[in-house]
Amino acid sequence: MKFGVVVFPGTWSDRDCGWVIDQVVGAELQYLWHKDTDLKGCDCVILPGGFAYGDYLRTGAIARFAPLMEEIGEFADRGGLVWGICNGFQILCEAGLLPGALIRNASLEFRCEWTNLVVERTDLAYTSEILIEAWRIHSRPIAAEASKKRSPQEEGQQLVARVFDVHTHLYMRYMCI
Amino acid sequence: MKRVVAKVIVTPKPVVNDPQGLTVKQGLATLGFREVEDVRVGKYIEVSLDAENMSEARERVEAMCRQLLANHVIEDFRFEIDHEGRDTRR
Repeated sequence: MKFGVVVFPGTWSDRDCGWVIDQVVGAELQYLWHKDTDLKGCDCVILPGGFAYGDYLRTGAIARFAPLMEEIGEFADRGGLVWGICNGFQILCEAGLLPGALIRNASLEFRCEWTNLVVERTDLAYTSEILIEAWRIHSRPIAAEASKKRSPQEEGQQLVARVFDVHTHLYMRYMCI
Repeated sequence: MKRVVAKVIVTPKPVVNDPQGLTVKQGLATLGFREVEDVRVGKYIEVSLDAENMSEARERVEAMCRQLLANHVIEDFRFEIDHEGRDTRR
């Protein structure tokens, strides 16, 4: 399986992703520059974290205009595997590949901690084949209006995993696919 | 063609929690401004553009707000357009 890691100006965890794919997983790795116009035969495209285009206007708002994003949209429409991490997740929201938007977390603090995930769907490529070890929370995705317009079935399908707080025993809704 | 300036204000929707606004409100309270009831933090964007008339300018700026300047899921926008009074026709 060939993994593509997208690099925008301002991306910083591209090398981390590359190291995991190349050194840990041992799969084929291809860096994809944001100005590229093809995915070079990648089977899975990863949008890593960082501050693409300096987070100008809103996080991810400018990155969606990168030439490669059009290719990624078509790739996703054909059922291709696209994985957004952190800033990459925000870019996917702004590009309309994921519903909803992200807002700042209530504490306005950077939070990096071990957390418990309850996986709701085990039939997806990521959840059935890849062990999720850590989940880093920067900001809180919200479903907002976009999800309210969706039927419960559609919403249920979008929900892959939920964060479970061991202290409060509360679930936080996490939508991603 | 006339050069006009659109003054766009983007705000978080009323239903969206605004921790930036809350933090600023707390800061103001610390400074003694205890009469402050609420603070919302948004963005101010000035766009200079050429348009045949005001109606065209409004239409174009509205499209800019919808497509890029505001995220309709979490933000509202409003704008006013000022004449800069400069004729850009050569």
